Amino acid sequence: MATVTLKDVVKRYGAVEVVHGINLDIAHNEFVVLVGPSGCGKSTTLRMIAGLEEISDGDILIGDQVVNQLPPRKRNISMVFQNYALYPHMTVSENLGFSLKIASRSKEEIEAAVQDAADILGLDELLERTPAELSGGQRQRVAMGRAIVRHPDVFLFDEPLSNLDAKLRTQMRVEIKKLHAKVKTTIVYVTHDQVEAMTLADRIVIMKDGHIVQIGTPLEVFERPVDTFVAGFIGSPPMNLIDGTIKNDTVVFSDGRSVPVPPDFSGKVVDGRRVVFGFRADVLMPKGHTLAESGVLHDLDLTIDLAEPLGSESILLSSFGGKDIQARMHNPRPVKGGEVLSCELHLEKCHLFDAETGQSLRG
Amino acid sequence: MPSRTKTVLIWIVTFFIMLIICMPGLWIILSAFRTNGEILTKPAIWIPQNLTLDNFRAIFGFGENVVGIPVASYFRNSLVISITSTALALLIGMTGGYAFARYSFPGKKPAFLWLMLSRTVPGIALSLPIFIIWSRLGIIDTKFGVILVFTAINVPFTVWLTEGFFRQVPNDLNEAAQIDGCTRWQAFWKIEFPLAKSGIASAGIFAFLTSWNEYALASQLTRSTDSKTLPVGLMDFTAQFTIDWAGMCAMAVIIIIPALILTFLVQKHLIAGLTFGGVKG
Repeated sequence: MATVTLKDVVKRYGAVEVVHGINLDIAHNEFVVLVGPSGCGKSTTLRMIAGLEEISDGDILIGDQVVNQLPPRKRNISMVFQNYALYPHMTVSENLGFSLKIASRSKEEIEAAVQDAADILGLDELLERTPAELSGGQRQRVAMGRAIVRHPDVFLFDEPLSNLDAKLRTQMRVEIKKLHAKVKTTIVYVTHDQVEAMTLADRIVIMKDGHIVQIGTPLEVFERPVDTFVAGFIGSPPMNLIDGTIKNDTVVFSDGRSVPVPPDFSGKVVDGRRVVFGFRADVLMPKGHTLAESGVLHDLDLTIDLAEPLGSESILLSSFGGKDIQARMHNPRPVKGGEVLSCELHLEKCHLFDAETGQSLRG
Repeated sequence: MPSRTKTVLIWIVTFFIMLIICMPGLWIILSAFRTNGEILTKPAIWIPQNLTLDNFRAIFGFGENVVGIPVASYFRNSLVISITSTALALLIGMTGGYAFARYSFPGKKPAFLWLMLSRTVPGIALSLPIFIIWSRLGIIDTKFGVILVFTAINVPFTVWLTEGFFRQVPNDLNEAAQIDGCTRWQAFWKIEFPLAKSGIASAGIFAFLTSWNEYALASQLTRSTDSKTLPVGLMDFTAQFTIDWAGMCAMAVIIIIPALILTFLVQKHLIAGLTFGGVKG
């Protein structure tokens, strides 16, 4: 059972604390993605799990074993690096078999394992090449191959796709997901790309400034963000967030317009409370261009500044409540700047956050 | 100007520059095969009239005129001193260079700076203090004493050169190797060392050539055939009233040859950019 457990893990560089006592339980065979902006401590956390950084306080367990003092080689982990970190003076086949050679396995055993990995990742024709003769995507596959030949307890991925172009990234994302289905191993994956996090993860861990902000399945963090940071970070386009004040069960915005308090939050806010009203572009749609959904609807007239046609839908840019906001138009028709559209807001999918702390008021 | 004329002109200019650069070397080689009389003739004879191997025969003790200089001993001394001091300088310098490239420790920057500043002190300025200390320690006129000095001269440069090469090897590779099951030492030996090989080879050549060619300090620290090196031995050709230029040039050729062979041999390994492709490219 390769579970990974972090108990009050702290990382300090001198007097500066960069990871502040985080707790995380990763189940056997689970695919967990650590996501957050640059400098949030996600890579440091991964490197602490790998043993490449010492932990300043707390415990890290792989399975039942506390690994705080164990060097990387004794943790039975594999890691795929952002820069691939292939050994340039070795062929692909030597790169793949290196860890087994170090472990003094027999030549036949190494060959069989290398062949196995090559079959899984389609590296057969590349085995005799050196890393310099490979494309970015091929190098990435070799790096993954090197990780799987050892049958480790835990796979660690450190932003493995960030050096690839957009098309290749999508392709490799699928390959990583397939790989997880095939090898069935616990994976801890670090990325700053929320799309990668959403598409790959069983559970997402969102980090900010060395703290874990929220842990949940992709749908949970998308639909029920705990604060404005998560709401703004997860989802594309990001959630629209507008400052307002509660008055008679409505949220009144700075431009005088208002919407009713969403049903999930009624009774949880009192008059005069300053809040942030949040909704995604998907829940504000022009009439006649919505998805067939019923629910608590609120009608709004929006003056469209600009439309971004994406083919099957358009993103509409407008302003509302004193903020620039985005709405979504399904089955789009051409929209001119300045055109006023009558729209529907799905109130039950809207959020309220505290204006001071940014925390969700869902309770 | 037509391009053909231009090319011819460039060739002529290049030829003359090369001639000026190569002249001293050529003159030594030519003189090594001439008689002392021909070398000293005035006006100078530019084109040798008859070439002879007598100078070399004399040095190695064959033929009619035997030079009473123990060239074989000097050669052996030079070889022992150069090889040992190079090996030591590489060992110390490489580990130092690796430490400077990979680890952070208090006083790292000043330490590196001082190491480099030590290169700015002319070796000859140190000869007197070294002479006094070495004579007190009783290691004057020993190979050990010279090896110690040459090692000290070579270490800063070796540190500087290898540090640069180790810094070029991405740290990710060392970390990947550790995750693949290597100890820190295995990661160095199996991954980082082969990748910095060209830099280490260059450092080795420089250290060897410095030791092989050094004259000023060696001439102060050596006296007998037990410790004198080839460049110091060259001075044996100067007597009170005469200088055996032909013999001296022949010996100079003997000094040049091993250095030349070594440079050619190691040149093959000086392949730059070996690390290219291991990481994002």
